[in-house]
Amino acid sequence: MFTFISKRILEAIPTLLILITVSFFLMHSAPGSPFSSERSLPPEVLANINAKYHLDEPVINQYFYYLGGLIQGDLGPSFRYKDFTINELIAQSFPVSAEIGIWSFLVALILGVGCGIIAALRQNSWVDYSVMGFANLGIVLPNFVLAPLCILFFSIYNHWLPPGGWNGGAWPYLVMPVIAMSTSYIAQIARITRGSMIETMHSNFIRTARAKGLPKYRIIFQHALRPAMLPVISYLGPAFVGIVTGSVIVDVYFGTGGIGQHFINGALNRDYSMVMGVTILVGTLTILFNAIVDVLYAVIDPKIRY
Amino acid sequence: MITTKDKIQAVEQFAEKVVEIEGRSLWQDARRRFFSNHAAVISLVILTMIAAIALLAPLFSQWHYEDIDWEALSDISVLGRPNIENGHYFGTDTLGRDIFVRTMQGGQISLLVGIMGSAVAIVIGTLYGATSGYLGGRVDSVMMRFLEILNSFPFMFFVIILMTLFGRHIFLIFVAIGAISWLDMARIVRGQTLSLKNKEYIEAAYACGVSTPKIILRHIVPNVLGIVVVYATLLVPNMILLESFISFLGLGVQEPMTSWGALISEGAQNMEIAIWQLAWPLGFLVVTLFCFNFLGDGLRDALDPKDR
Repeated sequence: MFTFISKRILEAIPTLLILITVSFFLMHSAPGSPFSSERSLPPEVLANINAKYHLDEPVINQYFYYLGGLIQGDLGPSFRYKDFTINELIAQSFPVSAEIGIWSFLVALILGVGCGIIAALRQNSWVDYSVMGFANLGIVLPNFVLAPLCILFFSIYNHWLPPGGWNGGAWPYLVMPVIAMSTSYIAQIARITRGSMIETMHSNFIRTARAKGLPKYRIIFQHALRPAMLPVISYLGPAFVGIVTGSVIVDVYFGTGGIGQHFINGALNRDYSMVMGVTILVGTLTILFNAIVDVLYAVIDPKIRY
Repeated sequence: MITTKDKIQAVEQFAEKVVEIEGRSLWQDARRRFFSNHAAVISLVILTMIAAIALLAPLFSQWHYEDIDWEALSDISVLGRPNIENGHYFGTDTLGRDIFVRTMQGGQISLLVGIMGSAVAIVIGTLYGATSGYLGGRVDSVMMRFLEILNSFPFMFFVIILMTLFGRHIFLIFVAIGAISWLDMARIVRGQTLSLKNKEYIEAAYACGVSTPKIILRHIVPNVLGIVVVYATLLVPNMILLESFISFLGLGVQEPMTSWGALISEGAQNMEIAIWQLAWPLGFLVVTLFCFNFLGDGLRDALDPKDR
């Protein structure tokens, strides 16, 4: 197990390096520059700014400047938010997205797995159909529709919740982002859980457990749940990264100031270092959580050995 | 000699009989299973109807998707309401354009974009997965490592880079998006190929001297088509959703053309005074996505008996 984990960490380094290289050159090959705007600057000022950020040098030199900074943990200055470094901006916005994300993840996990199990145990009954109907609705209702509908219902018609803002993460400000974030994940998790739970409940060892006369809750929680969770866990790894790194929709509608908006705005405004910073963050998290999923697999399924 | 001749005759006769009996193929079985799934069949019918309406209805409407109804423009919240008499069956948008025709025109774009993106993704994914799985060994691990690297890129990063490279050509963007969303497809096909490649008929083809590309195209790919079809029906709604997300960000189709996502985005801004601007395109989008999901589930049950 230890060798497996260290091997995964070693493998991650070249992967990350390729990720950084490719996204750096892709980003710089896109037309436009961070300082090209409709109100153009005097050419002398532009030249000064470009010189300050090394933008007048060949891209390959810029790449090595960037890598040099990166090794020291410096993600560079933002081209858009003056006087802020990317480290500061990410340190500011990532905790917000992470807090929304972790709550959404917990809600999605508990409700999704719960719904999936209930639907699987009552397969082809009205319970199953209504739970799965809801799950399908969660998949087809995009969150950019859900978010305005939430505001319309909770804030404008009923005045129950503040329509936006963050306020240090007080719970009234969390409710709507969590709803908008978690619905589609609840639906996906419920679908996957239902499918694998049905398959597990038909397998031989469950029949044995039932023949032994074990009570139903013990069959479900001690015998069926563990193997049934395997496909769910492989979905949860990438899903967790997606949830935690936020959503531009949530940030835009609820004004939470998470990391999702930075990425989109950064890419649109050619804020090179911002895009790179978020890309590196997401890439690292993806690799990390894929490794965690592999480890969890080995813990849950004794058939898997590394 | 005589005995062998008899034997040959017997075999020939038997062969003729076999042809007469005509067994049920895998696909016929699948078709039977599919048609017994009512939700999937109904979804297919509804989808066909939506596609037909989206294509044909604009021809019969008295409004064109660019036309501005200056009369309705004077008071959208009253005159812009859905109304049979003046031809605005679904009402008008804030610029006085007919929502019915725009929804249909947006439907054409959304469906076309979804189908094109998925088609590209499926061709690349199937070929990549089948090649990687069939060749195995070092080629396989290099191809899979490449896939893993692509997978750790944030998806939106690609989309936005493509957007800046291709400008506002929505179809080009979606061909490009298709070209980067084949990763799951490739992984699924590879898994299937691994179990297929030790089958006797592959070995037989290899023994006959069939070349590797031909084995992949003629023997592996047709046998993984079942799972590919299932995945395709689930990919199309994802593409449509992605298109509406991009249009929602204001980066998608260019005015005066529109798509469901763009219409929803406009509608959501005016939902307090003119809910029909949101309701109609949203209704069409949700019904379409619902149907694709049910269709996908039905096809999975039909083509992948193990999963039931």
